[in-house]
Amino acid sequence: MIRTRTLLAAISVSLLASTSAFAGDVRIMWYSDGVEGDVIQDLLNRFMKDNPDIHVTLDNVAYKVIQEQLPIQLEAGQGPDIARVTNIKELAQHWLDLRPLVADPKYWDDNFGDTLDWMRPDGSKAITGFMTQLTLTGGFANKTLFEQAGVALPGDKATWDDWINAAAEVAKSQQLPAAFAIDRSGHRISGANVSYGANYIGADGKPAKVDDGTKAFVTKLVDWTAEGLMLKDTWVSAAGSTYRAATDDFINAQIPFYYSGSWQVANLSTKIGDSFDWVATGSPCGTAGCSGVKGGAALVAIKYTKNPKDVAKVMDYLASEAIVKEFSERTLFLPAHKGVVAKGGLKWGSADKNVGPALDRFVKAAGETLPAADALPPWKWANAYYAALVTRVSQVMAGELTLDEAWGKIDQDIADKVAEGK
Amino acid sequence: MSAAATLKAWVGAALAAPVVWLASAVNVPLKSWQRATGTGGMAAFFLAPNMAIFGIFVLVPLVINFFYSATSGTAYFLQDRSYVGLEQYQRLLDCSNYLDTATCREDLFWKAVHNTGLFVVVQVALMTVVSVVTALILNREIAGRSFWRAVFFFPVLLSPVVTGLIWRWILQRQGLLNLIVHDMGGEPYNWLTDRFWAFTAAVSVSVWAHMGFYTLILLAGLQAIPRDLYEAAEMDGTRPARVFWRITLPLLMPNLLVVIVLALIRAVQIFDEVYVLTGGGPGTSNLYLTQYIYEIGFASLLRNPGLASAASILMGLVLVVLTLLQLQVGRRGERKGARQ
Repeated sequence: MIRTRTLLAAISVSLLASTSAFAGDVRIMWYSDGVEGDVIQDLLNRFMKDNPDIHVTLDNVAYKVIQEQLPIQLEAGQGPDIARVTNIKELAQHWLDLRPLVADPKYWDDNFGDTLDWMRPDGSKAITGFMTQLTLTGGFANKTLFEQAGVALPGDKATWDDWINAAAEVAKSQQLPAAFAIDRSGHRISGANVSYGANYIGADGKPAKVDDGTKAFVTKLVDWTAEGLMLKDTWVSAAGSTYRAATDDFINAQIPFYYSGSWQVANLSTKIGDSFDWVATGSPCGTAGCSGVKGGAALVAIKYTKNPKDVAKVMDYLASEAIVKEFSERTLFLPAHKGVVAKGGLKWGSADKNVGPALDRFVKAAGETLPAADALPPWKWANAYYAALVTRVSQVMAGELTLDEAWGKIDQDIADKVAEGK
Repeated sequence: MSAAATLKAWVGAALAAPVVWLASAVNVPLKSWQRATGTGGMAAFFLAPNMAIFGIFVLVPLVINFFYSATSGTAYFLQDRSYVGLEQYQRLLDCSNYLDTATCREDLFWKAVHNTGLFVVVQVALMTVVSVVTALILNREIAGRSFWRAVFFFPVLLSPVVTGLIWRWILQRQGLLNLIVHDMGGEPYNWLTDRFWAFTAAVSVSVWAHMGFYTLILLAGLQAIPRDLYEAAEMDGTRPARVFWRITLPLLMPNLLVVIVLALIRAVQIFDEVYVLTGGGPGTSNLYLTQYIYEIGFASLLRNPGLASAASILMGLVLVVLTLLQLQVGRRGERKGARQ
């Protein structure tokens, strides 16, 4: 009898040990662009000290894992309890509604109301998480290279042509491999497309066919690549919609102008150090405006969690005003918290003289985005559009398709995706 | 018996005790099983664990894959997906002219098919020639023969991702090769954004990474050729080229055929090292079938699991044909060996 009991007890213990979540366990899947992994770990350590009954594990993963593996885990009803994601609208059916769980839903509505719709299914009033940072696509210029070449930095209302011509002069003078690069991402070129009048969203809310605005900028981009002005590696040396950043080329002073986004500020500051001076330029202008595309990473609760109450506690803590302020100051990310923005007085945690002006420039540029760009972050089909653009435009750059063929293929790819998504 | 010998016997018995106990414990049920089922039943008993693993990790996913290929949607659970019959296959095979990928509905699939076809032809031919030449050299009485055999086999032990990364660091714009070119006064070149050079790199790296394995098979074949044939040829004053064509190659043929078929199967499946090396680019010039399936199934923002499943089944059919060919070649080799 004693032996049987012992055996049963042993089986129970091993079964319990094999389950993924104990009460009080919260797992966060997190990726980092810069130092934010260390900062959030520090903040979580403080939380665990004050809440010894909750143990938070931070799984630092590559961005590729968030993009490729997390969606599959979610579809299978698995995954972490909380995740930091950028694909926030398309996967919104997997997020947990925290409204009945958080301490004060009104606090969330008041401070994150503008962006809550980005991360919940259309028509829903759920609170699923909050933006850990607001981002905006925009450019960076290597000021030192411009000065060495004796070329003036183009002004606030400079067009894409102005910037590329100036950067080309610098590249020629300093014998650089190219004048500029844009990250291989549909999101990055969309601000420029919108600046030339593009609108991806049709009257019915579904994707519209590629319009003249998109055609205008993409044609320029392809020409610049063919002329060797845009760094060929970034877009051409990959197939499909694979993401490639050109950050290392800018950091290594191989290109005088780089178009990426505000999330790079901390990364550039850390890696460039005092090697050269750099500035944020905002988004160059097209015929319709000087727009970037907003976005960012959100911290969302996953609905498959076994510990929703603990998850809500962690989320309440991380979304609190003091923590958001500290996180933004230490990571150099633009906060999405209305209260923090309204009170101002953020003390950017960097001694780098390039950082403050760069962040200020992005804050200014955030007021210059066009409505067609502002409509993209909460739009369900944005990623389908971005993926089709990258896949086909890079084929044109590689000489495999003509632009006219590419427009047809982009429309077809997006239509297929919409049909699949029904 | 000395004290040492007694101690040794005791220790031996103590160490063997658990094994003896286990054997006698297992003996009883096994005996009854054999009595009930005969020797065939015993074979089934010992094969069962392996078959269970094979069934769970190969057969079941294979069957599920068939179901996926007959459904559409972005959901991963079968019950959440809508049945579309052969629509995914029709979509993949919808082409006005199979030689012109632009006329195909799924042009990237056909691009991948064309690229894979070209890769297979060039890589297998090069792999075979290089492996034969290396095996012939390593079969000679050269100084440090064992060392050279190890050197040529070493890349086989590397992970394909490591192989891809190493060669990417060498070939990229700011890589080692361009550094050497620059130091020698040449103009650095963007090897991986040039279609010809990127393809050449993909083929060469793949040959470098796997030739050690095939060389080993051929080396075993070469060492099995009786020495007296060469001695007789030498006494007759036969030229070395004639010795190779008339003695070495015919007697090496069974091993060579195995090498060709294995290399063929591996080349059709090419993915990891080339994916890391070129990302499938420039453009789609190094996009191969497995990468297409991976991208469309998992990686792309335009992911479509049903289409990926259909593509993988079509690719599986090609591999089945090649495997049957391999079996045929193997049997023919065995029959020939038996006759000799």
